Amino acid sequence: MTAPLLQAPLLQVRDLKVHFPVKTGGLLIGRYQPLHAVDGVSFDLAPGETLGIVGESGCGKSTLGRAVLQLLPATSGAVIWLGQEMTGLSAKEIKAARENMQIVFQDPLASLDPRMTAGDIIAEPLRNYHPELSRAETARRVAELMEQVGLLPGMINRYPHEFSGGQCQRIGIARAMILKPKLVICDEPVSALDVSVRAQVINLLKDLQKAFGLAMLFISHDLAVVRHISDRVLVLYLGKVMELAPRDLLYQAPRHPYTRALMSAVPIPDPALERAKPRIILTGDLPSPLNPPSGCVFRTRCPKATDICAQVEPVRESPAPGHDVWCHHSRD
Amino acid sequence: MPSTRKTADVAGSDTVLDIQGLTVRFETADGEVQAVSDLSLTVAKGECLGIVGESGSGKSQTFMATLGLLADNGRATGKVMFGDADLLTANEATLNSIRGNRAAMVFQDHMTSLTPHMKVGRQLTEVLQRHRGLDAKAALDAVIAMLRRVQIPEPERRAEMYPHELSGGLRQRVMIAMGLLCHPELLIADEPTTALDVTVQALILDLIRDVKDSDNTAVILITHDLGVVAGLADRVAVMYAGRVVELGDVNQIFSEPQHPYTQGLLACSPRLDDALGGKLKTIPGQPPNLQRLPPGCAFAPRCPYVIAACAERPPLRPAAGGGLKACVRDDLASITKAAS
Ligand SMILES: Nc1ncnc2c1ncn2[C@@H]1O[C@H](COP(=O)(O)OP(=O)(O)OP(=O)(O)O)[C@@H](O)[C@H]1O
Ligand code: SF4
Ligand code: SF4
Ligand SMILES: [Mg+2]
Repeated sequence: MTAPLLQAPLLQVRDLKVHFPVKTGGLLIGRYQPLHAVDGVSFDLAPGETLGIVGESGCGKSTLGRAVLQLLPATSGAVIWLGQEMTGLSAKEIKAARENMQIVFQDPLASLDPRMTAGDIIAEPLRNYHPELSRAETARRVAELMEQVGLLPGMINRYPHEFSGGQCQRIGIARAMILKPKLVICDEPVSALDVSVRAQVINLLKDLQKAFGLAMLFISHDLAVVRHISDRVLVLYLGKVMELAPRDLLYQAPRHPYTRALMSAVPIPDPALERAKPRIILTGDLPSPLNPPSGCVFRTRCPKATDICAQVEPVRESPAPGHDVWCHHSRD
Repeated sequence: MPSTRKTADVAGSDTVLDIQGLTVRFETADGEVQAVSDLSLTVAKGECLGIVGESGSGKSQTFMATLGLLADNGRATGKVMFGDADLLTANEATLNSIRGNRAAMVFQDHMTSLTPHMKVGRQLTEVLQRHRGLDAKAALDAVIAMLRRVQIPEPERRAEMYPHELSGGLRQRVMIAMGLLCHPELLIADEPTTALDVTVQALILDLIRDVKDSDNTAVILITHDLGVVAGLADRVAVMYAGRVVELGDVNQIFSEPQHPYTQGLLACSPRLDDALGGKLKTIPGQPPNLQRLPPGCAFAPRCPYVIAACAERPPLRPAAGGGLKACVRDDLASITKAAS
């Protein structure tokens, strides 16, 4: 799906900002300074589409996901779900919208209630949103979904600590799918899993996506995993979008210096290729989001930075349809 | 670099560490866990030995046992020769004189390995004062030089900081600097980049490569990331359920893996340059419970090539390509060819 926005968008995010007040300085005379976790992010998501969100730790990926779900209050900007602006909805209206928006977390074990059985964990959203369903019907749907995510029926009464990491993640996925949502936000869903199990869970997510026509925001720092699952990819750095493009364009012809550096740093499991490949070395560390650089936020580490980069914040350029990049020198 | 190095694992004159028949057991409330079983490995000067395998396969505990760092409920048997000393029977004084001095270990979790309430510079100078008897001034000079070598900007200022004031990437570089201060013969790096971003990871790996090449340090690189191993290791040991199941030259491991588990691991790792569409290859099932290891090949429940003979434990033996493998079958090359 390379031109997904022919359909009306499921989700529209407009200039979304999430700033956290952080206390700096001394205890008594300290003052609050805004930490720019998400700083003006915009994108659309079509029904059934998967948007990968990549970037390094602390770049705002998880905050963005939580703000979309209204689990965190946005400082400004809009989240528009099925044409309706969510900021300003009442708690009741948000609850209703959330039936269609679910989340899968990174840490499989920590995200499950240790005192609940697998069956109860998976059934919980259903009991919450559809208390009218009979016990038998709830049990039937849980059993059906357990089978779809590759859990055996005999596991229904087991507790989280009795499962492997991969199995816990399947439980988390089943819980997110039980309401047949339109959107699932996956926040590093396979990062805690071993390689062999990771592939199983990625395949499962792809299967479910097809079976349910799900849209996904797939948040990950792993560019290879994101490539396998995404239709489009958004690259974040210090809370800002650096590049947004259809998957193949982003991986084959990245335009932003940061995207290029990220790609070149991913190790390839092939000794000859890995040792021969050219690498873009980024010097310096990630600047503090409390005190982001002026102009382009990437300029303190960018190998292509010039004077203008410190003075003027880059505006969007579109080298190809659907391919947006925020860089003064993306055409060089 | 050591392209002429033997692949099969026999100790030679340039051997730095020689592990023979290492077994590690833990007593737990619900029985004994055999984390490492009858494992033998060597590593030579200027060589990087990569250790790969999934969580719980015994990668870390092998080398915790090596340096006498097992938890109280753990016991190691076998032999671990470092120079003339058998580290498994050495007393605590001998171990203390070796650890952090001639043999250093860098862990994934840099927060727990640095003392939180002591300035970074002080923690490093102490190492030199303890092991090398340097005075405070000489130690500080050496520390600043080492911080500069691991590419810490403004080392004088960073030395005055506490660990939590540094970013993860800087802390990891401090840990490596600490490991390298006494110019160890052996550096054991346990997932040194797992918690770091890819752009920072690249810097740390360059640093380890430089130490190996210019100081002739023997490096053991423990990681679950096959890409990291491909870039840095000369030889690779693949571990499964506490055993080495394949050992070979890095090129052989990646181009002609001999053990079905190695083949499976390579096939199921998504890469930036693989074909898209279709599904990722998977290894069905999950790693075994170490409390109930099967008597035969531990990979059998997940292996597509299992036969009756696999019920008996396969020894590590010479394989095609010059390496070693622990698998009873020698006809896999023809089977996989026929299938593709
Ligand atoms: N103190 C302990 N008591 C009981 N079991 C232990 C103890 N320490 C480690 N183990 C077990 O020993 C086995 C091997 O652990 P080890 O830490 O070596 O794995 P690893 O290969 O390094 O995994 P990872 O990739 O997760 O770091 C695991 O099953 C682990 O649970
Ligand atoms: S705008 Fe300048 S600093 Fe920013 S990415 Fe482009 S070249 Fe680099
Ligand atoms: S010994 Fe048998 S079960 Fe084990 S890896 Fe070889 S073929 Fe598979
Ligand atoms: Mg480990």
